[in-house]
Amino acid sequence: MDITLVTEHALNGLQFGLMLFLLAAGLTLVFGIMDLINLAHGSLYMAGAYFAATFTALTGSFWFGTLLAVAATAVLGVVLEISVMRRLYGRDHLSQVLATFALILIFNEGARMIWGAQPLSLNAPEQLSTPVELLPDFFYSSYRLFIIGAGIAVAILLYVIVVKTRIGMLVRAGASNREMAIAMGVNIKLVFTVLFAFGAALCALAGSLLGPILAVQVGMGESILILAFVVIVIGGIGSIRGALVGALLVGVVDTLSRTLLPLSLKMVMPADIASDLGPALASILIYVLMAAVLFFKPQGLFPARG
Amino acid sequence: MQSKLHHRFSPIASMILLALLIAFPHLATLTGQDFYIGFASRLMIFALAATSLNLVLGFGGMVSLGHAAYFGAGAYTVGILMQHGVASAWISWPAAIAVAALLAAAIGAISLRTRGVYFIMITLAFAQMVYYVFISLRAYGGDDGLNLPARSATGFDLASDTAFYYVVLALLSLSIAFVHRLVNSRFGRVVQGIRENETRMEAIGYPVFRFKLVCFVIGGALAGLAGALIANQNMLVSPNLIHWTQSGTLMVMVILGGVGYLSGGVIGAVVMLLLEEVLSSYTTHWQLALGVVLLAVVLLLPRGLASLFGRRTRSTSKQGRQA
Repeated sequence: MDITLVTEHALNGLQFGLMLFLLAAGLTLVFGIMDLINLAHGSLYMAGAYFAATFTALTGSFWFGTLLAVAATAVLGVVLEISVMRRLYGRDHLSQVLATFALILIFNEGARMIWGAQPLSLNAPEQLSTPVELLPDFFYSSYRLFIIGAGIAVAILLYVIVVKTRIGMLVRAGASNREMAIAMGVNIKLVFTVLFAFGAALCALAGSLLGPILAVQVGMGESILILAFVVIVIGGIGSIRGALVGALLVGVVDTLSRTLLPLSLKMVMPADIASDLGPALASILIYVLMAAVLFFKPQGLFPARG
Repeated sequence: MQSKLHHRFSPIASMILLALLIAFPHLATLTGQDFYIGFASRLMIFALAATSLNLVLGFGGMVSLGHAAYFGAGAYTVGILMQHGVASAWISWPAAIAVAALLAAAIGAISLRTRGVYFIMITLAFAQMVYYVFISLRAYGGDDGLNLPARSATGFDLASDTAFYYVVLALLSLSIAFVHRLVNSRFGRVVQGIRENETRMEAIGYPVFRFKLVCFVIGGALAGLAGALIANQNMLVSPNLIHWTQSGTLMVMVILGGVGYLSGGVIGAVVMLLLEEVLSSYTTHWQLALGVVLLAVVLLLPRGLASLFGRRTRSTSKQGRQA
């Protein structure tokens, strides 16, 4: 096993983890503050990716496409919050599960009606199409480097907003004690709508940045949604810091184990058994991680409340 | 007047329904709609699976999002035994129940240490682990699943859809009668008491954890039986049976039908699968219509379709929050 391979996959893991963080941040805040289980969060990510592919094709520029996609998804988020989500806040979790499951069906089929069943392609911008030489003889995709940079920038921005601004204060107040925040006269309705739109915008950013790496297709939201839930449960619901740590942990563990586990198993056991066992173990590993975290810290690593 | 913890079926309605179900294959054959016999078996199998989840979720108050693991484990037990030459239903179906129960006992013993949303997620995590284990078992089909050469041998011929239909009907009726007895027994009342107020039951002196675990295991065992039946119905077992979307679908069936109503699982499964069947015959975009219908049900009938028939009042909204 050579060191460049490990470095490359560690960087891939970091990149994936940061994108997971963009999804998990919105999910954990909506969950922590509004007590809403939003299964349709992944649909906003899918919508963002579709918007990005469409707007990029229309404007001919990846950057304009991404910008428009983020704005359009935020608007979609506002519409969704006002028309459906608002009716679900006071309801029990099971109703929320059923309602947002229904939304997944509606979004998926809506996307299929508008864009067709074939996956769309979204190309990385030309400036970022050539790999860069990070170390001597070690080339790495410049687009992935850009995603890492963008992810870190958003994480810092989010930290500043949540910790330093007034709206961030309201959000934190809502996360740690919702009833008290309402009692203190916070216009919680407005905060909810803004927060939901913000979460949607983060989803769209993740969707348009990941679009060139993964395929833009119906159902892309569900597979990543489960990972995002794993992230926020590991991190502790309602906690941005937890979401960041959880996302990086899941991203790196998932990506590294997929490549390194089969390789290292081959050293200790026959190749045919290892090639069967490796991928399975790698897929299971993040769930083992989550079960282990919950076993020792049932509230997650950084609980927002209490 | 009976307590809120008591659940009963109207005997007349049950008898009429049973008579209709017994007559159904003959009517279908007479009208040349044989296709619907197999479809009806599928409905009943999912009704059994959803009822088993409703026992855990609705009566036990444990929101398990990994129920498909027991369903799939039951199906795989039948498939794997058959591949090794054990075709007899008298061996493989009880084995399916036992395997599913053991799996539920192991998963439940760990998961029940957590509460609320964390419980939902940890049950999901374990189900996903089971899913990936079966995907990696290349000897048993891996991704593609395992084809069954024939239905399980029972001593009488199950090859015809009608014969299989009656076996499914009999097992579903027995299982529902069993669940009915169970929730109205002392055990059932304790479990429902735990659902309403766990701390109080603990304070009275009930071993809360043990009661919840037993309820969880019984739910898993019944799901295993449903899995054994679906393996025979489809003549195929595949990892899709265990995927989290399958757990989600079972949960949606229960919520749609009515959480904590005896008939909730049956109504939910039947309505959901019928809607799929009917809508998909009208439009290729039936999922959109299904979504709209589900959304309308949540917004208009918070306690599910079964609440249309029963007047039972219960603090369902509170229960969901605690869960």
